[in-house]
Amino acid sequence: MKLIPSAAFLSAFTLLAGLAQAETVLQVTTDGNAETVAAMEALTAAYTAANPDVTFEIENRPGGAEGDNLVKTRLATGEAGDILQYNSGSLFQALDPAKNLADLSDIQGNVIDSFKSVVTASDGTVRGVPFGAAMGGGIYYNKNIYAELGLSVPKTWDEFMANNAKIKEAGKVAVATTFGDTWTSQLFVLGDYFNVQAEVPSFAADYTANKAKYATTPAAMRGFQYLEDVFKGGYMNEDFGAAKFDDGVRMVATGEAAHYPMLTFALGNIKQNFPENLEDVGFFAQPGPSADKNGLTVWMPAGLYVPAASENIEAAKAFLAFVASVEGCELMIKTNGATGPYLIKDCALPADVPAAVADMMPYFQAGATAPALEFLSPIKGPALEQITVEVGSGIRPTAEAAALYDQDVEKQAKQLGLPNW
Amino acid sequence: MTRRRSPYPYWFVLPAAVVFVTLFLVPTVASLWFSLTRWDLFEAHFIGLDNYRQFFKEPFLVQGLVNTLIYAVLTSGTKSVLGLLLAVLLTSGILWQGFLRSVVFFPVLVSTIGVGITFAALMHPTKGAINVALAYVGIDGPAWLSDPGLALYSVAFIDLWKGVGLATLIYIAGLAAISPDYYEAARIDGATRVQQFWRVTVPLVRPATVTVVTLSLIGGLRSFDIIWATTKGGPGFASDVLASVIYKQYQAGFYGLATAGNVILFALIAIIILPLTWWFNKREVDL
Repeated sequence: MKLIPSAAFLSAFTLLAGLAQAETVLQVTTDGNAETVAAMEALTAAYTAANPDVTFEIENRPGGAEGDNLVKTRLATGEAGDILQYNSGSLFQALDPAKNLADLSDIQGNVIDSFKSVVTASDGTVRGVPFGAAMGGGIYYNKNIYAELGLSVPKTWDEFMANNAKIKEAGKVAVATTFGDTWTSQLFVLGDYFNVQAEVPSFAADYTANKAKYATTPAAMRGFQYLEDVFKGGYMNEDFGAAKFDDGVRMVATGEAAHYPMLTFALGNIKQNFPENLEDVGFFAQPGPSADKNGLTVWMPAGLYVPAASENIEAAKAFLAFVASVEGCELMIKTNGATGPYLIKDCALPADVPAAVADMMPYFQAGATAPALEFLSPIKGPALEQITVEVGSGIRPTAEAAALYDQDVEKQAKQLGLPNW
Repeated sequence: MTRRRSPYPYWFVLPAAVVFVTLFLVPTVASLWFSLTRWDLFEAHFIGLDNYRQFFKEPFLVQGLVNTLIYAVLTSGTKSVLGLLLAVLLTSGILWQGFLRSVVFFPVLVSTIGVGITFAALMHPTKGAINVALAYVGIDGPAWLSDPGLALYSVAFIDLWKGVGLATLIYIAGLAAISPDYYEAARIDGATRVQQFWRVTVPLVRPATVTVVTLSLIGGLRSFDIIWATTKGGPGFASDVLASVIYKQYQAGFYGLATAGNVILFALIAIIILPLTWWFNKREVDL
């Protein structure tokens, strides 16, 4: 008689022990972008299916500067969970990665070197794996308008402005401008970096070392000039000060506007909101002064990181190794479609990519790409988007704006405590 | 005269003191300290007065200060004048008085962010209801929130719309406190309605005026939410005020610099409000 309850007790005990062993719950924090969430849900579901003992809790954080604050606060208080999705490059460096993030150097087998360099901490260890596709910063164009007006893809800035003049003459908006979302105003300056470094190869290093300035480097100042030129030409939509990113995407997709300077991630929005227009939209790198020195400025995707304060570092690393595998990469392509090259070796894009991606791939194949400045230097002035809105709205002339941005850059460098500033 | 000993033991003050010290005194002292450091939330390096130097070098600080003063004086002034006129109207026994009072007070109850987003839509240069309505009568409406010369005033107008109800409420209470005898005496002396307003209402409603001006001036000086919800200080820096300049330093991760900005904002409000209340109180004694 006595045996039965103790047997029941024993089996209950083993069940509990089994449960305790089975349940590793990994806390994941990602931004709230629809594509990010979809990819993360697909990856975690596939991983749990293969490893039933690991489950995930995904939390969405706000994006932009508010998200930066939140991530830093959580890391500083040791409450950042087990896996963190966050920008690579200068924003990654601002997290003090050597102190706050776990070393992921031993799961980099499949990762392409160019990504490793943007998630490497000051001590030379790699602290992240890529999540998503690389993006290009350039100009979307509406193929129907181009066909209707007999235009061809511009190779120089002058050709671009000549196209704009013809588009305006035909009574259409030439350049969709969306200063209602101030960050979108920076593209002409940031997307011009391939052309800047083609002319001044040492700009990034000199700029970081407080030797090169926007106001005194004509090649760098040109991005501001472009904004002023487009404003003075009257090529923008009437509501440019209030229009938002979604409006810009709609305008170029549906043919309300001929051009929209933007990062290639916007393709996901076109695919979601205007799937019937996906093939109407093409893409070209921001043209510069010279046709044979033109190429694409590239943004690295966000990374996944493991906070050093996590209690499940090994389990989290095992999952990140899966994300950084060919299998994980193919799963992401299946979920979100191919919006650009992935930074995983042997992870090929399917043949039937959207037109804008097909336009972007030759730059990568020809090696005509350069990383954006924020991946080469830790300094990016926080007021750039306000300054570019001013130049693009005719409030401030180019030279003054470039000098003002230099002051903003100086403030950032001083707050980072960089040497030479 | 010797001070009477309190009949209560001193430890009665303890609960309130604990709350005050932990929630107010400690953060205040800590913010003074952090304003002297380069602080990235992970580490704070002492850098002396560099943050204050940097903050005063901020290119938009002067414009932000001027904007803050324009905004505070404009909203405070219009709220007092309009509030008083509305209060006189709404205590005069007009038709639907109770209903109209709630209509005037209603915007005070609505979330500021909600008001900001609503007005941003209403003031959209091409699709907003205001400009669409103006287009019907043949007027080409301006870009209310994205014209650099207009943005600050548009936001001040939204603030007035939202805040005038509270000023009206305070004035209604102030008017109710004026004895009807004064008006009766004035009428017997042959004073017109306008004379009654200037000679009786305005001087005797003074305590309410002091409250309205002080509250709305402080509110205007530290105004942030409505500006952030409508223009974010833009276009460019055209509608930046001190609070939005400070917030942008926080956003950029310059926590020490932003804290220094807050200390400066605190000092500025104290410098403006303290003499003002002193002056108001002095005048009250003179009456």
